[in-house]
Amino acid sequence: MFKIIKRPPLAEGRMFVLRILAVVFAIGASMAIIALLGHDPFKVMLEMIRGSVGSAYRIKETINKMVPLLTLSLGVCVAYKMKFWNIGAEGQFYMGAYGAGLVAFNFSHLPSYLLLPAMFAAGVLTGGLWALIPALLKAKWETSETLVTLMLNYVAIRWVTYLQYGPWRDPKAAGLPRMMHFPETADLPKIGSIHIGWIIALFLVIVIYFLIRYSKLGYEITVMGENPRTAEYAGMNTFRILLVAIMISGGICGIAGVIQATGLEHSISPVLSSGLGFTAIITAWLSKLQPVTLVSVSFLFAMMLQGGNYLQSVMKVPSDVAGVIQGVILFFVLGSEFFTQYKIVRDKRQGEETRKVGA
Amino acid sequence: MTDRAAYVQMEGICKTFGVVKANDQVDFSVRKGEIHALLGENGSGKSTLMNMLSGIYMPDSGSINIGGKPCHFHSPKDAIRHGIGMVHQHFKLVDILTAKENITAGMPGSFFIKNKGMTEAIGNIAKKYGLQVQADRKIYNMSVGEKQTVEILKVLYRGADILILDEPTAVLTPQETDALFNILRNMRRENCAIIIITHKLNEVMEISDRVTVLRKGQSIGTVNTSETNAKALTEMMVGRPMSLEIQRPAVTGGADSEPLLDVRDLTIENQEKIKVIQNVSFQVRRGEILGVAGIAGSGQKELCEGIVGLQKVSGKVIFKGEDLAGCKPGNIISKGISMSFIPEDRLGMGLVGGLDIVDNVLLKSYRKTKGLFVDRKQGVSMAESIVRRFDISTPGVHHQVSKLSGGNIQKVLLGREVSLNPSVIITAYPTRGLDIGASYNIYDVLNEEKKKGVGILYIGEDLDVLLELCDRIMVIHQGELMDILPASETTKEQLGLLMLGHRGEGADHV
Amino acid sequence: MDIGWIAAAAMFLQLAAQCGTPLLFGTLGGILGEKAGNLNLGVEGMMMMGAVTGYYVAAVSGHPVLAALAGGLAGSLGALLYAVITVTLQGNQTVTGLTLTIFGCGIANYIGKGCTSMTLPATIRAFYAPISVPGLSKLPLVGKMLFEQSNFVMLGILLAILIWIYFNKTRAGLNVRMVGENPGAADACGIHVNLVKYLHLLAGGFLCGLGGTYLSVVYITRWQNDLVAGLGWIAVALVIFAIWNPIRAIFGGYLFGALRSIGLVLQNTRMTFLGHEIRLDPQLLDMLPYLMTILVLVLMGVQKKKEYQPPGWLSRSYYREDR
Repeated sequence: MFKIIKRPPLAEGRMFVLRILAVVFAIGASMAIIALLGHDPFKVMLEMIRGSVGSAYRIKETINKMVPLLTLSLGVCVAYKMKFWNIGAEGQFYMGAYGAGLVAFNFSHLPSYLLLPAMFAAGVLTGGLWALIPALLKAKWETSETLVTLMLNYVAIRWVTYLQYGPWRDPKAAGLPRMMHFPETADLPKIGSIHIGWIIALFLVIVIYFLIRYSKLGYEITVMGENPRTAEYAGMNTFRILLVAIMISGGICGIAGVIQATGLEHSISPVLSSGLGFTAIITAWLSKLQPVTLVSVSFLFAMMLQGGNYLQSVMKVPSDVAGVIQGVILFFVLGSEFFTQYKIVRDKRQGEETRKVGA
Repeated sequence: MTDRAAYVQMEGICKTFGVVKANDQVDFSVRKGEIHALLGENGSGKSTLMNMLSGIYMPDSGSINIGGKPCHFHSPKDAIRHGIGMVHQHFKLVDILTAKENITAGMPGSFFIKNKGMTEAIGNIAKKYGLQVQADRKIYNMSVGEKQTVEILKVLYRGADILILDEPTAVLTPQETDALFNILRNMRRENCAIIIITHKLNEVMEISDRVTVLRKGQSIGTVNTSETNAKALTEMMVGRPMSLEIQRPAVTGGADSEPLLDVRDLTIENQEKIKVIQNVSFQVRRGEILGVAGIAGSGQKELCEGIVGLQKVSGKVIFKGEDLAGCKPGNIISKGISMSFIPEDRLGMGLVGGLDIVDNVLLKSYRKTKGLFVDRKQGVSMAESIVRRFDISTPGVHHQVSKLSGGNIQKVLLGREVSLNPSVIITAYPTRGLDIGASYNIYDVLNEEKKKGVGILYIGEDLDVLLELCDRIMVIHQGELMDILPASETTKEQLGLLMLGHRGEGADHV
Repeated sequence: MDIGWIAAAAMFLQLAAQCGTPLLFGTLGGILGEKAGNLNLGVEGMMMMGAVTGYYVAAVSGHPVLAALAGGLAGSLGALLYAVITVTLQGNQTVTGLTLTIFGCGIANYIGKGCTSMTLPATIRAFYAPISVPGLSKLPLVGKMLFEQSNFVMLGILLAILIWIYFNKTRAGLNVRMVGENPGAADACGIHVNLVKYLHLLAGGFLCGLGGTYLSVVYITRWQNDLVAGLGWIAVALVIFAIWNPIRAIFGGYLFGALRSIGLVLQNTRMTFLGHEIRLDPQLLDMLPYLMTILVLVLMGVQKKKEYQPPGWLSRSYYREDR
C-alpha cells in the first residue's frame, strides 16, 4: 500500500521543473484526448504551431490575441494578489469598451490625439467602476466577489447587446443589427501592420511590476492579500486599499476592451472579447502572478488560440479544442501543486513482524 | 523497557515531519486503572505521540500493543475500535450541531436517527462517571467546561477504556479543573487507563500516579509521582537544573504618579450587539506590569483590540492625557503614539507568515518614509538589529517568517514592537506554545522594558506566571471587571473564584 | 382568447417550473457537494457535458432513460476530475471549478458540433411529455405547476424532498454535515472524510448532468452552442439563496425560472402607463435573473444567523497529517 507524507520544502529550481513536467504531461494527455476525438494528435499539434507563427500574417494574428489576453490577465493578477477572486474580467472589458464608445460617439469632433486618450481614460473609469461594485459589496457585507463579478459579466454583455440593438444601432446595416462604427479618429495607430496595443500592454506590465514590488500601495496590497487582519493591525486603511486595488484591476481590464474596440473592431459587439476574460483567469493562475512569466504564458495561450482558429478553417477541427487543451494544462498544474508539498511512498509497515511484548 | 502490567505499550516509536524529528525511539506504557501524565515542553513530541495512539498519524517505525496484541492504526476509526479515545486540546466539535449529534456522529446503526434511544444511552454513561450534559443543546451555546464534557462523552460513548486528554486544563478555571479531576478519579476507579498530556507540573503532582517525561522528541524516563517533585521533573523536562522563579523588579512609577494608560468605562459591543466588555475601568502606571486573568472568551481579546483601535468602543482610553477612544490604528500610529500591541494571534495578526522578516519589521514603520516607495534598505538594517538584539535563530533577514520556530516567531513580533520604543505594551498570551527557555526569555524582555518605565498590560492564562510576574492582577468575567488585586496578596483560588464570577467579600483593592 | 387572472398565473407558474427545473437540478447537485465541504464552481461545465451526452445518446438510441443516465454519468465524470484534484491532491477549489467549466464547455461544444443536425426521435418526446396527476393537478394556482408536468420535472421535486430527508433524518446525512462543518471532528469520530466527499461530489455531478440533459432533451429539444448559457452559474448562486436547504432550492429554482420566463412573456406584451406605451427591451429584461442573484447574495450576507451560514469548512482543504 502507499501512503502520503509531507516532504521538506522544495528549492525554487525543483518547483519550476515540477511545473514544466506538469505541462508536458498535460500536453501528452491533451494529445490522447485529441486522438480519442478522432484526429491525428501530432498533425494537430504541428498545424497549431504552423497556424500561429508560420507566417507574418499569422504572427500578427497571434499578437493581436496576446494583447487583450495579457492585459486582462494583468488586471486579474492585481485582484488575485489581494485574494479578491475577480471573475469579472469579461464584464469589465465590455464596460471599458462601452466607456470608450461613449466618448467616441459624443465627442467625435475631437482630433485623434485628444480623442484616443480620452477614450482610454473613460475606459479605465467605466471598467474600474464596474469592478468597484463587487468590491464595495465585499467590503461592506462580505458578499462573495466570485459570484457577483460573474453575474455582472452577463449584465455587461447584455448591456452591450442592448446598445447594439437600440441606441447605438447602425442605421446603415441591413438585416442583423450591428453597432455603429467608431469615427476614424478613434482608430488606434499602427506600427507596420500591428496596432500599438502591444506597446500599451507591455508598458502596463512594467508599471504594475514596479507598483507591486516597490511602492507603498504594492506593499499594502501584498500584506492585505496575505492577511487582512494583519493589515488592519498595522494601521492600513483596508477599505481604501481594496477599492483602489480593485479599481486598478477593473481599469486594466477596461483598457483591454478599449484596445480591442479601437485597434481591431472599431466598434463594439457582444463577442468582442472572444471569452478571453475567462482564459485570462487561467493564464493569471499559471503565471503565479509573476508579471514576467505572464508575458510568456499569454503568448503561448495566444498561440493556442490562433492555432485553434487555423485548425478550424483549414482542418475543420472545431476551435473549441484550444479550450480543451487549456483546461487540461490547468488541471495538471493544479494537481501538481500537491507534489510540491507531499510525496507518495510505500508503506513499509505492511506485514512487518512486531516485537514481542514481555520476554 | 517493557512493563509487564502494561495495557498500552508503545515501543521504539519514530515519526518525522519534513526535517523535524517529532518522536525519536520513544517508549511509553500505561496500565489499567492508572492516571499517567505525559509531561514535556511545547514541541517535545507529546501530542505527536498521542496522535499516533489515537490513529491520526502513523508511526514511521516502532510498535504499539494493546492488551498484549500488536496493533496498526490506519485511521482514528481503528483506534476507536480498540477502545482508545482522545479528547483534543482544540475541541473537535461542530458548533451548530447539538451535543447529542456530536457524540453520536460516525457510529454505525440504523439508517434513520433514533433520538430517544441515543439520549438515554448518553444519560446512562454520564451518570456512571458523574458527568453533566444537556444532550439537545447546541455547542455554540455551551461553556468551555461543558464542551469538554461533550468531548469526554464522545469517547466514552464509543466504548473507550483508554482515554487520552491533551492539555485538558489549559482553558479551565481552578474550580473546573477540580471537577475534571474528580471525573478522572471516577474513571480510574472503573479501571480505565488514562493518559493526560500536560506541561503543568502542579497538576502532574496532584492527579497522576506515574509520569513520563519527553524532551525534544525523546523519552527521558518514567517515575512514580509519589517518588518525585516539581524540581526533579523540571530538570528532566529542560535537561538542566532550572530556577522556576520569575523576577519581579520594583515598580518604577510611584503610586500617585500620573497613569500612562487610563481606561474609563470602556464598553465594547460585538457584531450581535452583545456587550463583550462592560464599563471596564483601570489604569496602567509607569514601570508596572498589570496582569489580566479570565477564562477564555471573557473579553480579553476585545479589550486589547479596543484599546489599540481595532474595535469600536465607547468610553475613554486616555493615553498620556489624550483620549484615543474611536481612533483607528492608522491614526494612532501616525500620531506618533507609542503603544505596542503583541496579539495572541502571532501569524494571524501580528505578523504576515508568508512574507520575510524585513517586510514584517516594516509593518508599522513603512509609512514614515516620504514618497511613493517603500524604503527596504532601512527595513533590512532594522531587521538585522532586532535579530542581533533578541538572538533570533534564522538563516537571514529575508527568510520567510512562517518557516521559523514558534519561539523565534514570537521574538520577531516582540522585537519589532519593542524596537518602536513604546511607552505602553499590551501583550496577549505571549508565551503560548513556547518552551520553557523561550518563555523565560520573554519574561526577561518584559522586565527590561518595565525597568525602563514602560507600562505593560499582560493578558495570560497561567495563573502561576501571573502571580509571579505581575504587580497587580485584574480579573475579567463575561466582560465585566471583577476586581484588581495586588499579586503579592492574592491566591490562585481567589483568582479562580473571580474568574468564575463570584465576587469576593471584603473591601476593594486597587 | 380571454383567460382569467388565476388561470394565466397558473400557466405562468407551470412554465416557471419547467424553466426552473435545470436550475433545481444544478442547485441540488451543488448542495450535495457543498454540504460535504467542497465548492464546485464547475456546475456550468458539468451541465454542458450532461446536456450534450444526454442529447447524443437520446438521438442515437431513442432510449429515454438511457439518455438520462448517460447525461448524469457525464456530469459525474466531470465531478470526478474536480474531486481528484481538490480532495486527494488538495488543489485550490475555486480555480479547479472554473477550469472544469472551461474544459467541460469546450468538450461539450466540440462534441455538440456534430449534434446540431441530429433530431430527437419520437419515443423520447413521448416519454418526457407532460403527465397529469388526476385530482391534484386541478388545485388552484399550484396544481399545474406541480402536478401537470413532465416526469423529469416531478423527479426534481421528489429528489429535493429525498435529499432533505437524507440530510436531516439519517445517520449518513449527519455524518456528511459534520464533514462539511469540521472535517477534523468528523475524522476523530471515525468518519471517512475523503470517501464522503467523493461520493457527494460524484452524486452532485450526476444531478448537474441530469439538469443539463433535461435542458437539451426535454426543454429545448435540440442542440445549440453554449446551450446552458449561464444557468449553471445561477445554480451556484441559488445554493446560497437556498441556504443549503433542498426544499428551499425548489422555491429558488422556480423563482428564477419565473424571472427568465418573464422576459419571454412580456416581450410581446404591450403595456401602457399613464397613457405612454412602455416597451421592455428583451436584453434589459434578460439582465433580471443576474441582478436578482446579486441582490440575493447581498441579502444573504447581511443576515448573521448561525444556522444560515455556509458549512464551516466550505472551500477549505483538509489533510489529516497537517501540522
